Amino acid sequence: MTALPPFQTVLDDHATAVMSILHGAVGRDGAEDCFQETFLAALRAYPKLDDASNLRGWLLTIAQRKAIDHHRARGRAPVPVAEPAELAAVDGLPEPDDGLWEAVGALPPKQRAAVALRYGSDLPHNEIAAALGCSPEAARRSLHEGLKRLRKELA
Amino acid sequence: MKTATDKGVDGFRARAVEEGLVDVAYATTDSPFGPLLLAQTRRGLVRVGLPNQDSDDLLVDLAERVSPRVLEAPGQLDEVRRELDLYFEGKLDRFGLPLDWRLSGGFRQRVLRAINRIPYGQTRSYTEMARKAGNERAVRAAGTACGSNPIPLVVPCHRVLRTGGALGGYGGGLPMKEALLQLEGVLDESPAS
Repeated sequence: MTALPPFQTVLDDHATAVMSILHGAVGRDGAEDCFQETFLAALRAYPKLDDASNLRGWLLTIAQRKAIDHHRARGRAPVPVAEPAELAAVDGLPEPDDGLWEAVGALPPKQRAAVALRYGSDLPHNEIAAALGCSPEAARRSLHEGLKRLRKELA
Repeated sequence: MKTATDKGVDGFRARAVEEGLVDVAYATTDSPFGPLLLAQTRRGLVRVGLPNQDSDDLLVDLAERVSPRVLEAPGQLDEVRRELDLYFEGKLDRFGLPLDWRLSGGFRQRVLRAINRIPYGQTRSYTEMARKAGNERAVRAAGTACGSNPIPLVVPCHRVLRTGGALGGYGGGLPMKEALLQLEGVLDESPAS
């Protein structure tokens, strides 16, 4: 069993990735709130965590749940993300251009999250699956469908 | 300019403190000797890291021995910082901070509690500390207890010298021990032999 590092280290190492996927999943307005909820839930559960080997996957799973809660509470999906110009201010996200992020924001939630995790946070398929709470095949499918739709939108 | 992540982190930190989820709050502060690490629990000040000690190592140690819920929360350490600043300015001769002794057990803790009662500007020998802790012959163990003091400066292990007045050792380095004794008016500017 790996010893749990100080929670501050977990925050330092993964805050940017968590914020980045939340931006993709719920947009700018909801992201800060979901970010706080994600890390509060993580801090609450932290001392009882058995396995410290995949803290990133663990956090992204919590973030995904918070994003889903957020959508449920708003009672609608998909939710439009922030204006592309505002997205540029988020660390870790590529420069928006040609309406790309706008189009990503218009994808259905699972596809949008998969695309954001893959290209916003640079996660491999198995971690995307962990974050989305689905199988790697399903994650790959969501990503594939999302990309297909984007290509059509932007063609 | 603050990024969205910085704002999220600030908001999270404030709420974590407010909801009582932080078991070890820490901050760094400047001192005449370099940066100090200050860590406290709900009981009180638990760790002071001196400039020559690696902060990351100390935080990992706290995560293992106290709780992994270790979070930087400077606002929680305001009073500790205030008293230390006054001490370094020579304007405070007695700390009023609650202390958490849990990092030292048994004989070591008894030695450290005895050290904590040495008044400002006075010194004692390792032998006296061993006696006060209940075992006069355990001088070497008393020395070890001083050396392992988790709360230096506030628990004034710099006031413990060898019998005869030689400086002995100090976790922050001998020049720091000398400077602290000078600050307290125990030593002249010329170092004792």
